[in-house]
Amino acid sequence: MKSAVIVFPASNCDRDAHDAILHVTGTKPHMVWHGDSEVPDVDLIVLPGGFSYGDYLRCGAMAAHSHIMGDVRRKAEQGVAVLGICNGFQTLTEAHLLPGALMRNAGLKFVCREVELVVDESQSAFTRKYSRGERLRFPVAHGEGNFFASDDVLDRLEGEGRVAFRYGEGDNPNGSARNIAGILNEKRNVLGLMPHPERACDPLLGSVSGRAMFQSLLESLS
Amino acid sequence: MTAITPETIRAHGLSAEEFVRIRQLLGRDPNLVELGIFSVMWSEHCSYKSTRAHLRRLPVTGPQVIQGPGENAGVVDIGDGDAVVFKMESHNHPSFIEPYQGAATGVGGIMRDVFTMGARPVAMMNALRFGAPDHPKTRHLVAGVVAGIGGYGNCMGVPTVGGEVNFHPSNNGNILVNAMCVGLARRDRIFKSAAEGAGNPVVYVGSKTGRDGIHGATMASAEFNADSEEKRPTVQVGDPFTEKLLLEACLELMATDAIIAIQDMGAAGLTSSSAEMAGKGGAGIDLDLDRVPQRESGMSAYEMLLSESQERMLIVLKPGREAGAEVIFRKWELDFAVIGMTTDSGRMVVRHKGELVADIPVHALADEAPVYRRPFTARPPASGEIVPAGTADIESVLLQMLGCPDLCSRRWIWQQYDYSVMTDTVQRPGGDAAVLRVNGANKAIAITTDVTPRYCRADPFEGAKQAVAEAWRNLTAVGARPLAVTDNLNFGNPERPETMGEIIRAIDGIAEACRALSFPVVSGNCSLYNETNGEPILPTPAIGGVGLIDDLAQMATIAFKRTGDVLILIGATHGHLGQSLYLREIEHREEGAAPPVDLMVEKRNGDFVRELIRSGRTDTVHDISDGGLLIAVAEMAMAGGMGAELTPGKDATIPILFGEDQARYVVAVAASKAEAVLADATSAGIPALVLGRAGGGALVVQDVLSIPVERLRAAHESWFPAFMSDETRTLLPARDIV
Repeated sequence: MKSAVIVFPASNCDRDAHDAILHVTGTKPHMVWHGDSEVPDVDLIVLPGGFSYGDYLRCGAMAAHSHIMGDVRRKAEQGVAVLGICNGFQTLTEAHLLPGALMRNAGLKFVCREVELVVDESQSAFTRKYSRGERLRFPVAHGEGNFFASDDVLDRLEGEGRVAFRYGEGDNPNGSARNIAGILNEKRNVLGLMPHPERACDPLLGSVSGRAMFQSLLESLS
Repeated sequence: MTAITPETIRAHGLSAEEFVRIRQLLGRDPNLVELGIFSVMWSEHCSYKSTRAHLRRLPVTGPQVIQGPGENAGVVDIGDGDAVVFKMESHNHPSFIEPYQGAATGVGGIMRDVFTMGARPVAMMNALRFGAPDHPKTRHLVAGVVAGIGGYGNCMGVPTVGGEVNFHPSNNGNILVNAMCVGLARRDRIFKSAAEGAGNPVVYVGSKTGRDGIHGATMASAEFNADSEEKRPTVQVGDPFTEKLLLEACLELMATDAIIAIQDMGAAGLTSSSAEMAGKGGAGIDLDLDRVPQRESGMSAYEMLLSESQERMLIVLKPGREAGAEVIFRKWELDFAVIGMTTDSGRMVVRHKGELVADIPVHALADEAPVYRRPFTARPPASGEIVPAGTADIESVLLQMLGCPDLCSRRWIWQQYDYSVMTDTVQRPGGDAAVLRVNGANKAIAITTDVTPRYCRADPFEGAKQAVAEAWRNLTAVGARPLAVTDNLNFGNPERPETMGEIIRAIDGIAEACRALSFPVVSGNCSLYNETNGEPILPTPAIGGVGLIDDLAQMATIAFKRTGDVLILIGATHGHLGQSLYLREIEHREEGAAPPVDLMVEKRNGDFVRELIRSGRTDTVHDISDGGLLIAVAEMAMAGGMGAELTPGKDATIPILFGEDQARYVVAVAASKAEAVLADATSAGIPALVLGRAGGGALVVQDVLSIPVERLRAAHESWFPAFMSDETRTLLPARDIV
């Protein structure tokens, strides 16, 4: 599996994503600078967590218009797998590669904690090694993760099996509509989620729930 | 140019005697720019003029010490060519005036101190002291400070992994915000601030200079009064995005060999960074202010030299390396300007718009700052036998204390901090010490901040010893070898003899404890004048401790893990209630002697516990501190989601269960190992006592109480969110309250 992690100036989970991919899949990702115009020929592009350009505007709003995103969009349309984690998810919605928007958390505060995550859809390159209904422990760490979309968009996401993950009942950290934590695009090659799989790959850190996502990708894309 | 009047001198916080000294050093009257330069360099904040003579008594050396006090941060060897770089610093005055920006820029400032040394910051901690919970300003300050710390640290991608929070009425007018940053570097790649040699380019990088924060250092060197709200313009505004760029760009430049010296522009901005770098390097420095990147037009030389705009660095490069360095900073879209040159004149020479605006011997600023041996009085330590008044029932005391402001869960705070970014946070907030893996290795550093101000008020000497001992104990309790400390000395006005007495005794206490525990001080900061309208804070010498866990397989946490584990109390219990939290929270008395700290016993007991962890005989340890034995056991139960049954017999008394005797730990060991552990303790002369066993869903004290762990948690978790939920309702216009 060949992969690339996009590095925006204030990405701060880029190294974590790099390390998780390397340790779980044994393959070393390219680190690609936001000012570049082309992503190398890869099977997986990761938009990591962080604050991209400071996020003084809406989170991910500037990143969506960055130099590198032109090629990320092209490659996504060609079917390359794109994984947006946290700030990466925000960027994907701002770039309209995924529907909906991520608003300020309902509690109006940044929230860092572990949440229960329930697998809603295992039929994708990202989730095939999970089973539907499986309960996972994932860390979240964000101020703007409150997923919002109109009811017909939400109905469609649910109807088409594009809700990949939901927060466990009663464990929704940010007020997201219908407890949605992560969604797929129509072609199911783009996944955005607020929780951090790369922080859940090492037993020493409390959870290994995220490993199966990178194992799924390895199996799907190799 | 403006005439220097006695009012001008006073407004700059300089005494008449100090002004005379400036005239002698210059051989003439200073102009206004020069007066401004002297005023910040000679401020308490920058010169340590009241404490410097006393700080010399601190032990600062040891085989592990690579860099002691005097640089931007301390550096300690952690083996394999790795080094840990750390410092704690206060941002008290600005945080009271503008809590979000004050705390945020405190975080930014201490991070710069660490990455200036060539280290990547890997963890932040914060020691916070607020006023009484019912003071009308407290919620607003808590909310602002916590949001500011999170806002800055989260964007930087450096995990904030713990700290401490107290509430006390003595902080109603002066909160304390002490931020500690810990970084990792290679020991042969440490960068320093001595600008040695002449003819080397002086480079300014980072943000542009604006008018913010002018005279912040001088503000931080005076008491507050009713007009302090007027000082809001002296608080800087933070930009964590730019700091993140600056961090990455500096580390990229540091991977080359272009740098001679580097220092961040913190308090007193361009003035102190240039004067200190020249002073340490024995060089002179010429600066051309027209080349300084400026945020607004029309800034005077005075404003540029005294601005405390954030996210700026001064670098002295090897000649000819400017172009290569500039490429790096341009890549990160930061300003880069050669603004001067080092010289052999020994003078700081500043030009602006073609005019000479300052010409001062560097040594006058750096070395000739006044050193005061201020008069002091030593108040006798508080004393007296404490007899618990009451007949209070132990169950309600326990629940009330678990939910009191100083002991309740800080989850409301630390959930606003990204503590898990960088994927090395092995122990997060809530334990004895935070544990951070050294990325890519199987070793880890442990970090803690500690001080108990009410002990220090009762007895500054014993209280300061206790702060060091507790930091050492917290590191020990996770299995770490304590390595070194950074200290953040927060006190009132040193010109008041009683306060000066507290400062001196506290420094002596730190010195004695650090010496006895081989726990040297490698960096630190003093924050004086923490008083409002003549009311000083409790003496608060905060200690930040760092230790090393050689092998992560041998580590302990506070959580109960296995049903049937035997709980053993290590250390002697006498039932010391003086200055205890029990006495304050339940009987509303702040009385009696602070608990005495026997450093030999502390070391003996701690070394024994650490060896239990290292040899794999226990992985469950908690030190006993605020609230005493029963609180410690309850915290272990809540952390593990598992109860315990204690069998204290006739020892089920208030002094035994809630006394705050020092040098104690609770350890849980497998039943099969308990006998051997007890025998080893006995042969080492260490008091060890079986308390009971872990297991079940409730904390049971035989014949006294049985409380489900869930109920303990409810009591422990509820206070903070309930308190802060009133935040908006009590937010009054700031200037109505001081």
